[in-house]
Amino acid sequence: MDPWLRSHPIIDFESNRGKLIHFLYEGKRVKAYEGQTIAAALLASGIKTLHYSNKYQRPRGFFCAIGKCSSCLMRVDGVPNVKTCVEPVTDGMIVECQMGKGEISIASEVKVQNCRIETDVAIVGAGPAGLSAAMTASQLGLDVVVIDENPIAGGQLIKQTHKFFGSVKNQAGIRGTEIAKLLVRQLKDMEAEMITGASVIGSYEGGKTLVAVQNNYALKEIHPKKIIVATGSRENFLVFPNNDLPGVCGAGGVQTLVNVYGIKPGENALIVGSGNVGLILGYQLLQAGINVKAVVEAMPRIGGYLVHASKLRRMGVPILTAHTIKRAIGKDCVEGATLIALDEEGKPAEGTEQDVEVDLICLAVGLTPSSELLFQAGCKWTYLPELGGYVAIHSRDLETTKKGVYVAGDASGIEEADTAMMEGKIAGADAAIKLGVAARKTEKIKIEDRKELDLLRASPFSERVKIGKQRVWTLMEDYE
Amino acid sequence: MNPREEKKEAAGVLTKDDITNVIPPKERLQKGSVAIIECVERIPCDPCKEACPLGAISKKSLIEPPRIDWNRCNGCGACLSVCPGLAIFLIDLSLPGGKGLVTMPYELLPVPKVEEEVYALDRRGKPLSKGQIVKTRMSKDKTTVVTVAVDEKIALDVRNIGRTAK
Repeated sequence: MDPWLRSHPIIDFESNRGKLIHFLYEGKRVKAYEGQTIAAALLASGIKTLHYSNKYQRPRGFFCAIGKCSSCLMRVDGVPNVKTCVEPVTDGMIVECQMGKGEISIASEVKVQNCRIETDVAIVGAGPAGLSAAMTASQLGLDVVVIDENPIAGGQLIKQTHKFFGSVKNQAGIRGTEIAKLLVRQLKDMEAEMITGASVIGSYEGGKTLVAVQNNYALKEIHPKKIIVATGSRENFLVFPNNDLPGVCGAGGVQTLVNVYGIKPGENALIVGSGNVGLILGYQLLQAGINVKAVVEAMPRIGGYLVHASKLRRMGVPILTAHTIKRAIGKDCVEGATLIALDEEGKPAEGTEQDVEVDLICLAVGLTPSSELLFQAGCKWTYLPELGGYVAIHSRDLETTKKGVYVAGDASGIEEADTAMMEGKIAGADAAIKLGVAARKTEKIKIEDRKELDLLRASPFSERVKIGKQRVWTLMEDYE
Repeated sequence: MNPREEKKEAAGVLTKDDITNVIPPKERLQKGSVAIIECVERIPCDPCKEACPLGAISKKSLIEPPRIDWNRCNGCGACLSVCPGLAIFLIDLSLPGGKGLVTMPYELLPVPKVEEEVYALDRRGKPLSKGQIVKTRMSKDKTTVVTVAVDEKIALDVRNIGRTAK
């Protein structure tokens, strides 16, 4: 199998690949293209095991692609625990597989560069919510700094090759990849500062100060007047035997490989979960020439939009509702999966097992908000299953219980990219109002955006989210 | 949580009732090209309505399924490539000789060529018969719009094309 996508119906990878470079993996010379991450380049060379687990030395492979799990930690140029899924590969780099916990060599000298940034608004996360917040705040004349730990700004938008739903006045009908490019370009034109490849590792003084590390050496101390946390979410895991085999990947992780780096992580895929993420991924895999053997869904009905499901069905992909994965099959990597039907009580129906031959299992079983920075800032939080887990309590204007600290997008509760963009805009506008920027005009913009958000949430698919949001808002009112 | 209750075997496919509602009356179909919008859920979306130059597509609100005035629709296909759900098709049953034309969005490679023989697939991806590509149009946003000629008896069920026997 040629792992490089030479042609694709939507994206031109071949003429956009970076310079051909080489790096060393366990002493072997491996080909890569500049701009790729280490993990992506390794996968393209057929190297599926990146790490061995600490206790049982089980092989671990690529999973999330956004630096949020620990599956891809490797030793790079002598430095252990490097998140190779977000670390760009460079010519001559020395990459080693890591056994368990890494050890920092005392002799290794780390050159730290310190820098202090002052700004009106600091936004953590350059996804749909963060970029939209930055746009609104910049348009209102505020100084904006956006920090993201991924090498490319755009969050999940950069891998969404499908056209977006929502309203035309808010980018519906445009592919996610194009929306990301548009927002990043507009922000650049407005001279907003974009810091990529930098992880915000802490928020101090009640969220008044942020500390970020860029490229493992540059320490940035950020002192903003307002903070908008738009850190998105991480993919949920599912319990089944062999779920840690290389080849069991998060849906978003697979999207990154296929749609950002133009790499095929397998030939035959199984998708677990029929929400919009799973359904869209299925279609994207077919576009990349990867077979989709089936989509399994534990619920008795499809979770996502019928139109997304219909696209898969008319391409001959079965969507097995009331089915789940019983186990992954394989020794060092995924070689197959056993599926099983679920009875009316949702229990596995013995005797209904069937094996499918796949080398890729994609988990699309929901997301959990990334709320850690908000907890550290001291924001009050609550557990709401309707919003995907622990979220910071926030107002309709997305301000948390810590004045001046906002949350927007999936970090405030799992929804869609279009709602994330609206939340980002509202948070950006509210921050501007509280900084005294054209208060009356800005208030009008904010009210319009709130109306638009309500319209998006009027769909029956948002029923649960609406319940969750109502609870969060009530908790905020009680707090105030 | 999907608010649609569906039979397992029909998962992801329009129900018979849905199909009855989205297909125009026979007289209209025989007059010439017309858009069929297979979008029946309440989801927030409006590019089709905005794209129609004749104002034939209306929505009560952002989330209500689109309604189309088939008498106003002239089958131009402006709505077809903008639909994020790829749920709009054109059917033309005005041709002599028992042929029907189905126009659909197509986002796979290789881009179909005029005169190419393909399999005409139904909503479940099942081949119904062979068909022939009669027209292709590449839209600016890379969705190819493909017209396939099939037996008019199956035109209402053809929703995809297959390039290989499977």
